[in-house]
Amino acid sequence: MLRQVEGSRAVAEAVAFCRPEVICAYPISPQTHIVENLSQLVKTGELAPCEFVNVESEFAAMSVAIGASATGARAYTATASQGLLYMTEALYNASGLGLPIVMTVANRAIGAPINIWNDHSDSMSQRDSGWIQLYAETNQEALDLHIQAFRLAEELSTPVMVCMDGFILTHAVERLEIPTQEQVDGFLPPFQPRQVLDPDEPISIGAMVGPEAFMEVKYLAHAKQMQALELIPEIAADFKDVFGRDSGGLIRCYRAEDAETIVLALGSVLGTIKDTIDELRQEGMKIGAVGITSFRPFPLDAVRGALSHSKRVVMLEKALAVGIGGIVSANVRMALAGIQLHGYTVIAGLGGRSITKASLRDLFTDAAADRLEPLTFLDMDWDVVNRELERMGASRASGPHAENILRDVGPVAAGPV
Amino acid sequence: MKAPAIRFYQTGSFAVGNRLLDPEQRSVQAGEQRTNSITCGHRACQGCGEALGARYALDAAMRATNGQMIAANATGCLEVFSTPYPETSWQIPWIHSLFGNAPAVSTGIAAALRAKGREDVRVVGQGGDGGTVDIGMACLSGMFERNDDVLYICYDNEAYMNTGVQRSGATPPAARTATTQAVGPEPGNVFGQGKSAPLIAMAHEIPYVATATVAELRDLEAKVQTAMEIRGARYLHVLVPCPLGWGSASKDTIRIARLAKESGIFPVFEARDGEVTDVSEIRRQVPVEDYLRPQKRFAHLFKPEPRTEVIARIQAGAERNIRRFGLLPDPKEGS
Ligand SMILES: Cc1ncc(C[n+]2csc(CCOP(=O)(O)OP(=O)(O)O)c2C)c(N)n1
Ligand code: SF4
Ligand SMILES: [Mg+2]
Repeated sequence: MLRQVEGSRAVAEAVAFCRPEVICAYPISPQTHIVENLSQLVKTGELAPCEFVNVESEFAAMSVAIGASATGARAYTATASQGLLYMTEALYNASGLGLPIVMTVANRAIGAPINIWNDHSDSMSQRDSGWIQLYAETNQEALDLHIQAFRLAEELSTPVMVCMDGFILTHAVERLEIPTQEQVDGFLPPFQPRQVLDPDEPISIGAMVGPEAFMEVKYLAHAKQMQALELIPEIAADFKDVFGRDSGGLIRCYRAEDAETIVLALGSVLGTIKDTIDELRQEGMKIGAVGITSFRPFPLDAVRGALSHSKRVVMLEKALAVGIGGIVSANVRMALAGIQLHGYTVIAGLGGRSITKASLRDLFTDAAADRLEPLTFLDMDWDVVNRELERMGASRASGPHAENILRDVGPVAAGPV
Repeated sequence: MKAPAIRFYQTGSFAVGNRLLDPEQRSVQAGEQRTNSITCGHRACQGCGEALGARYALDAAMRATNGQMIAANATGCLEVFSTPYPETSWQIPWIHSLFGNAPAVSTGIAAALRAKGREDVRVVGQGGDGGTVDIGMACLSGMFERNDDVLYICYDNEAYMNTGVQRSGATPPAARTATTQAVGPEPGNVFGQGKSAPLIAMAHEIPYVATATVAELRDLEAKVQTAMEIRGARYLHVLVPCPLGWGSASKDTIRIARLAKESGIFPVFEARDGEVTDVSEIRRQVPVEDYLRPQKRFAHLFKPEPRTEVIARIQAGAERNIRRFGLLPDPKEGS
């Protein structure tokens, strides 16, 4: 059924259709609406049987999910930004134990400076945590990916993170196709845990493992993600059979077959990128896009296949690996081993800075002419940066960066948001 | 089951005398039907109070729940000495996740069981003092505050033993640890720091809080039994001497635990809904010196010359406990 609905509400309803038995949550923008909606569905009894646990931290949220999942319950939580970092230790634990927890990350920047707006710094920081990471381009896809995520997680017994851009998706109201309970039940079988804490068959979970077996245990998490490279497209195909929509998969190409310039990105920015590509195509530029849905496992072969006929790739990233530059780029470059191709890393949209069509147009035009630096910061105000660098040079006690820069930028920083 | 009314002459406690009791009041460990929740083959030090306490507590909980129980463990000695595979000592469903999250993992297990309509299966969370009063405190407080159906047991050996005896928030004043060494003008741990997890638990007004020591294992069992008869968040704090960390003889574990109680250093009591409801009175009070002397972690209080003013401060702490909890029998009542 088509309905005008907020992204967060749609995700909450999708999660509820998946019949989670334990949901635990701790508030952090922009994830809050998702768990608020779920708490309502549990409280009214629409989602039952399900325990909604208001925990005291994200560390506890993930830990409650770990306990619940190990007891054979389908477990879900959601977080963002600082909250994701706060649960880092438990994230690695969940994946190391092979517990199929599903979590939404409403992507948001990481402080300092504290900032509630969207970028991918949070989930990118956890790319090696052993969780599968799926990135939604639209709210429809966000909804759909959650349903696929439970099946993926449970078939592999490994946790899955569904990443959706904070505010841009979570708070956007648009018309979405909402599935029915019957459809979801037909697609997602009941949870059959691979390991379960059960008094009738007592097992130990979480034993100390020494050098004699540690590498093998760790490798299994990798092996599962390699299996996921096969499984993710299969699940997307099944999903299409049941729901009639293309959603998920490893990567998504847009006008890429004959493109000389390919823009590669993750998440909602692909919408703006596609619009820009349409305009540039009309002007004769051979340009296309590749959207990465599955960042973990990273689809090396698929990316390689999609890029191999192009001349250059612009890797647009909403995160910064301080000290080197791109995170997505580093992964894409692995896919390109042996291929002669110009690669441009573009860091864009950090802390919610708008990524406009006008800026992308200029960027892609420069890229097509191979006028880009290997590392570009889209719409960076270099004057502001240079003035702070000068202040630092002039005095040892130059003060805090963020406050200096805010003073420099002036009241616009506090303007309408 | 009620704790037996009979008090035994030798110890004033429930430590001995199974033969005098009704069968259902006898020690769980005395029965062939005990679970051996932690069975032999673990790697604890000789005389480890934690291994002893955990064995008694868990077997009692298993009896109280008819074997329908799941345990969640924090990182620490108990977890490390019990799990090297393939010699796991656990004969109950058991999970270890992290150092600071055992109460939250327990909450998750309890939530899963509730969702599945398996409330007959009960949950015990457990950890050392560091995992409980320090790094696990937030998760513990959250579990208490929500009144989740979990019994959490802290095995208090008064330091981070598994990492080599460092100071925790439960390390007593003057004690030597690897991070409060017996050097400088004021050797050992400082005065005026540390916290009482049982009192913090009581501040949450949870249905049941109790303390116990491994000197009175029958009392420990009775408290576990009581705890398992109650729903909601429950907390049991067990003093478990650690020969390695305390520098005491392996054979003295139980004696030292008893001296902790008999000196007033460690008050043994029960509380319900935030109010103290019962205390184990001191049978024959001993000066704290008797407790301190056999432990090398307090050796600097006696050598090269006695630090009488430090010992007096520790004695004053014990007296405060005695007053606060009423640990000495009222002289007017006679004996
Ligand atoms: C987050 C984290 N910090 C530190 C450690 C290291 N660590 C493991 S066990 C332990 C000491 C445990 O002390 P306690 O909880 O008192 O238990 P005990 O070993 O004394 O029984 C420490 C510090 C850890 N595993 N995880
Ligand atoms: S160090 Fe202490 S707590 Fe740890 S096993 Fe040895 S005696 Fe037990
Ligand atoms: Mg300890």
